[in-house]
Amino acid sequence: MRHVAPAWWWVAAAVGATVLPWHMQQAGLGLGDLRAFAAADPDAASAAAQAVLHGRFWFWPVLAALAVGAVGSLPPGLARPRRGALLFAGGVLGLLAVAAQGFAVGIAGWTTPRLASLFGPLDDRQFGIGLGGCVAVLGFLFQATDGLALRGAFKGDRFTAGAVGLLAFSILVFTVWPMATILAEAFAGRGDLGPLAAFAERAADRKVWGMECVSSGRSCGVAWNSLALAIATATLATLLGLCFALIVTRTGFRAKRALRLLTVLPIITPPFVIGLGLILIFGRAGVVNQIVEAVTGSQLGRWIYGFQGVWLAQVFSFTPTAFLVLIGVVEGVSPTMEEAAHTLRASRLRTFLTVSLPLMRPGIANAWLVVFVESLADFGNPIVLGGSFGVLSTEIFFAVVGAQADFGRAAMLALVLLAFALAAFFLQRAVLGRRSYVAVAGKGDGGLATPLPRGIARAAFAVAIPWAILTIVVYAMALAGAFVKVWGRDWTPTLDHFRRAFDVTPTADGGFILSGLAWNSLGTTVTLAAIAAPVTAALGILASWILSRQRFAGRFALEFALMLTFAVPGTVIGVSYILTYNVPPLEITGTGVILVACFVFRNMPVGVRSGMAAMSQLDRSLDEASATLRASTTRTLARVILPLLKPAILTALVYSFVRAMTTVSAVIFLVSAQHEMATVFIINRVINGDYGVSIAYSAALIVLMVAAIGVIHLAVGRRRLGRRAAAPAPLVPAGGRV
Amino acid sequence: MTLQRRSGAEVRLEGIGKRYGAVTAVKPLDLVIEGGTLVTLLGPSGCGKTTLLRMIAGLELPSEGRIFIGGRDVSRLPAGERDVSLVFQSYALFPHMTVGENVAYGLVSSGMARRAAAERAAGALESVGLAGLGERLPSELSGGQQQRVAVARALVLEPAVLLFDEPLSNLDARLRRRMRDEIRELQQRLGVTVVYVTHDQSEALAVSDRIVVMRNAEIAQAGAPDDLYERPVDVFVAGFMGEANVLPARVAAIAGGEASVAIGPLELHLPYRGLAVGPASVAVRPEAVRIGPPGTGLAGMVARATYMGAVMEYTIDTALGAVFVVSGEVGRTHAAGESVGLTLAGRGVVLVRP
Repeated sequence: MRHVAPAWWWVAAAVGATVLPWHMQQAGLGLGDLRAFAAADPDAASAAAQAVLHGRFWFWPVLAALAVGAVGSLPPGLARPRRGALLFAGGVLGLLAVAAQGFAVGIAGWTTPRLASLFGPLDDRQFGIGLGGCVAVLGFLFQATDGLALRGAFKGDRFTAGAVGLLAFSILVFTVWPMATILAEAFAGRGDLGPLAAFAERAADRKVWGMECVSSGRSCGVAWNSLALAIATATLATLLGLCFALIVTRTGFRAKRALRLLTVLPIITPPFVIGLGLILIFGRAGVVNQIVEAVTGSQLGRWIYGFQGVWLAQVFSFTPTAFLVLIGVVEGVSPTMEEAAHTLRASRLRTFLTVSLPLMRPGIANAWLVVFVESLADFGNPIVLGGSFGVLSTEIFFAVVGAQADFGRAAMLALVLLAFALAAFFLQRAVLGRRSYVAVAGKGDGGLATPLPRGIARAAFAVAIPWAILTIVVYAMALAGAFVKVWGRDWTPTLDHFRRAFDVTPTADGGFILSGLAWNSLGTTVTLAAIAAPVTAALGILASWILSRQRFAGRFALEFALMLTFAVPGTVIGVSYILTYNVPPLEITGTGVILVACFVFRNMPVGVRSGMAAMSQLDRSLDEASATLRASTTRTLARVILPLLKPAILTALVYSFVRAMTTVSAVIFLVSAQHEMATVFIINRVINGDYGVSIAYSAALIVLMVAAIGVIHLAVGRRRLGRRAAAPAPLVPAGGRV
Repeated sequence: MTLQRRSGAEVRLEGIGKRYGAVTAVKPLDLVIEGGTLVTLLGPSGCGKTTLLRMIAGLELPSEGRIFIGGRDVSRLPAGERDVSLVFQSYALFPHMTVGENVAYGLVSSGMARRAAAERAAGALESVGLAGLGERLPSELSGGQQQRVAVARALVLEPAVLLFDEPLSNLDARLRRRMRDEIRELQQRLGVTVVYVTHDQSEALAVSDRIVVMRNAEIAQAGAPDDLYERPVDVFVAGFMGEANVLPARVAAIAGGEASVAIGPLELHLPYRGLAVGPASVAVRPEAVRIGPPGTGLAGMVARATYMGAVMEYTIDTALGAVFVVSGEVGRTHAAGESVGLTLAGRGVVLVRP
């Protein structure tokens, strides 16, 4: 961007404000029609045309900001700092003017009574911003960052300034604003209650905080349910994960590679597959129930629905996550430490207990917290197996979609969930210190990992191997369900479910129709995921580059805000997005845009993590060498950094694609008739008890995603760095899905 | 087409300082580096020498003061616009580019056509004795060869100033000596100004026109190598520029710029260097101590004798403390426990501020 003249972004802002239609258009339109449309229909006109021709005075400040920026963009004369100040002022004023008009005038005129009393009644309204507005906003934004760079901020580097501006602005629009909306919604007055009273009433809800389960047989509040479930799941999954990690890294177990495959499972599995598998085994028509009934004649009933079932399903789902985190932790314990302990005459057991385990403790705590958060945010398992056992995420869902449609209650529940997640996030930071989410990429010094003490090895095997087998059984059952007519009643093998989902009907004229039930949602899912993946990867890698390579005022704040963003549970994101983007100024509910935005901000951690991990292996002197060799920042990025980050980029691309396909918690709120997602389609079938098609569809998804992951493993291969083996890129970034 | 000799630019630092929050990395200092000379920044780790170098390179912006290169104020310019090149400690060769692409990188960045840049790069590689290795990847070269690629990559831009950040610290001892001679030879052949950071005093003595010794973020002493070695201003510089015994002494009288100094029973005439009559310290190089029979000079007893091949090293306990002695007389050694008498040669003994 160093080589682009500063005027460029001003021109973008100007085009956005004076030429392009400001508001979102229902149908596309050609450039030639612009003027004709503008004269007839204010909503199809540019901001300038609306102000001049249609008396929409609220656009004048935007145009005024444009004028300020114009002075700064004039070619000759001005000194750099002054020019920078003008550009910055024009950009910021422009952004403020856009925001002000957007929030002040909505679909019913003035948005608050106070504005009406201030400016008099308004006999006009406007819809959400569209192409023109977006272009203008980006123009103003980059004009402002250019101005900052011209004034010497970011070492005078305009690319860095723009990148930081883009990130900060994205966080503002897609995280801070939705969270503020949730907060506002929780305080929204109800009936004759004022904001505080309404908030207090919602906060003290017995259904959230009730403790009846302690004294009587009735169920507790959903907050307690969520907490209890998360603690139980985190503890058991961490324990199991540790056993797996110890076996894989510290024993001569022969099927290590197979065990490692477990770590891929949570990434490729739609979050309710485990739940389905459990139903097919332990449900009323499940295998176990049928056998027990045949043998003893007694009914096991619906015990799987409720706390036990969700717990079981979550432990199955998240043990691989804990395993993945803990492999790194166990491998991070330097063998030389253990060798030192041995030479100091400690036995294997003593070494393990006094050296290895204490060194792993922060990592174990981190794994626990990762699973804790995943369990809190999990939506798929509780909705499938919860029955009357409600947790926060499902309760939020029912508050929104239920007959009550109580957004205040949903917002309150979301706040509670958010508070839990953030508490875990802060604990995690305290545990890990500054290493936050950067994988510990320490240089391995010599020495061989000490084998586990025999007793501990036995215990680990005794716990882990049966669990691994059980996991396989659950998956096998879940997939087998796709191939029988009616599970539990009619075991006739069939491909009917696949046919119903993926049928293709030939037509008379030689073409064909995708008549299967799944095609529509599958197409949408793949398309949106494919759109979101490159954006996610690009933003994530950009963020990781900024955070690991650039030093500037506010860097810490930016990193912190970004990580907070990642800590927000999907359900909370979902609710906040519909609340925020349902109305102008950014009216994108029901469009594909909102889903893509959701994917990008939910999955950006994948890009950031793999980027940071890869970047930490690149010596900073490579950037500096490039800088001293006369290369601009963009050239350094393009020629040095990005080629070396290729594996990380591919990883980010594929995993953001895969995760966009498997996520359910956030998107379940955001889907619409035109934009139905695969996971939401399946979960609706599951809720209706239509397991066959759901399982067939899930199986197809899993196969699709295994293929995608296989493709990167082939494509990434090894970097061409000569004799030295390339540092393996972390193919499976840890944590944070749901 | 190999590299041509040209005259290097002067580097002038005026009140340059760097702070990171509350930490002062470099206290404001002035320094002039004459064009075409090789100046070493020498000091222990954390003394600020690398920060100073990085400020000259433009990788850090100074908190205060100004930097002139060839008379041009470059204080606020980014690294790429300063006409300097830096050879990194880690070499920082781009691992995904061939050696030729690495060397041509800066030329292409500056806008040279790819083909012309490749030709120039080949010439530069030839200058450092790596002709024909342009197609290799950096990882296929030995450590010394990588070092030379890094030098070629910096030199090919014909910078006004060439900067080295501990360039030899990743090489083994033998190779280090050879590379250091090559760097010096190259610098003199091309006449380029070089600023060279190291923590190894022997390396500094070997290559430098001038040495700047730094301590605690400021300059302790600057001067020619023999100045620093033979006339250190204080105990720190004496100790850092090779081994030195610091012994208590007394300035008895001062006459005509010479001080008559008493070191135990020994009396010497030394340049007085601004010290007053009274207690003082002398720095005594180990090779300036002569070991004689007992009864001569300062009485002592050999505490340890170490055979080092070319020389003998002794630690000798005396009334003034332990004295470290290096003796070239390998044929006639003194055993531990032997009583000896020590005298001092004129050279290698200097009055220092305590």
